[in-house]
Amino acid sequence: MIGPLRHLRSQADAAPDLDERDPDFIRERLPGLWLLSSVYFRGDVRGLGNIPDTGPVLLVGNHSGGRTTPDTTVLVSAFSTYFGVERPLFALTRTAPLSWPPPGWLRRFGIVAPTPGAADVALRAGASVLTYPGGDREGQRPSWEAGRIDLGKDTTWVETALRHNVPVAPVVATGGQETALFLGRLGRGSGVSVSLALPWVINVGELAGHVPLPAKLTIEVLHPIDLRERYGADPNPAEVRDDIAAQMQRTLTQMQRARRLPVLG
Amino acid sequence: MRLRAEVTIDAPPAAVWALVGDPRGQLRFWSGLTRYEPVGRRLTGVGARYRVLMRLGSADVGGLIELVEWQPRAELAWTSVSGVDMRGRFRLRGRDDDRRTHVELRLAYGIAGAGLTGWLAEQAAAPTVRHYLRGTLTELARQVEHEQARAEAETRRARLRARRVS
Repeated sequence: MIGPLRHLRSQADAAPDLDERDPDFIRERLPGLWLLSSVYFRGDVRGLGNIPDTGPVLLVGNHSGGRTTPDTTVLVSAFSTYFGVERPLFALTRTAPLSWPPPGWLRRFGIVAPTPGAADVALRAGASVLTYPGGDREGQRPSWEAGRIDLGKDTTWVETALRHNVPVAPVVATGGQETALFLGRLGRGSGVSVSLALPWVINVGELAGHVPLPAKLTIEVLHPIDLRERYGADPNPAEVRDDIAAQMQRTLTQMQRARRLPVLG
Repeated sequence: MRLRAEVTIDAPPAAVWALVGDPRGQLRFWSGLTRYEPVGRRLTGVGARYRVLMRLGSADVGGLIELVEWQPRAELAWTSVSGVDMRGRFRLRGRDDDRRTHVELRLAYGIAGAGLTGWLAEQAAAPTVRHYLRGTLTELARQVEHEQARAEAETRRARLRARRVS
């Protein structure tokens, strides 16, 4: 068992091959994704019109829904129906190596592991990138903390945006934490999450993801931010991170207030 | 999936065409459209291209369309260049010596190669798209007839003014 896992991990750690994203493959699966997003999750993606029609953008989202990442599915399909599959978007997510469906499938959708330099390669090629700085820690936070943004302490994404001079578009999602009952981590500091989720009932570690409950997912893309225009020629990455996180928190709080019932939305 | 809707408008084909053939006026009467923008220099006629998006379910769906038929006061047809596969047509036919116009709006859409999920998605989207087509023609009729009534009133007033002066 360890051998194949190691192989997958080493594959995931390699520099991304952008050619693995397959626009025709995505296009043929868009109806299925649209059904999943619109009928199963009753998704509502707003603000895609805020993203400039051309050029790379760094989309920075809050992560919800554990390793099954329903919010990524809904956003990536909405981005593809809005801008067309011809406009490349790469989503950096840790689910790529280990979760269902098979990794090759995910890579053809443009989902790549968040290796050092993955965003650099994509942005340099003129593609847009979706990243979740909070990663697994945020995605697996307890369900009762669904209304909390946790982008973590890492400022790599800010430095990446500054290095490539690309705007940052904050993406705020809600509903993902209701696709299972996330209970937090086993012990302090452990990376092992625990949740009550289908079909496992008790899901420890989320190695194989889970079948998400049909919670209503709402995603809002905020106005892109030109970091140097807003924060000056040489901004402090930590201050930029905190300011954007605060902006996202205000939006998430409003979105959470608009929700009346868990799962139903 | 092929859908159609029709309406008869109390206005001549030229009056209906004034709105149907105006690329800047599409968002005024199309129901469900969130974007209709010319792409490139050509604004009207065969070969004109537009970026069109329609709100369907979780997101805006559409792509780039190109006009493939342009017969003033009679036919306007388009087909998709990218995005969702789509063909559409406005067919205008004069009735009662062109005092009225029968308008038919057809739309066929889908994604080639999408298989069963494509078929399911087409079925799931159909009620909304059908609702949009009906709403579009209702709004088109309302605007054209309103404009027609305004123009007729203006003519009557002008005639009255001319009589008073003489």
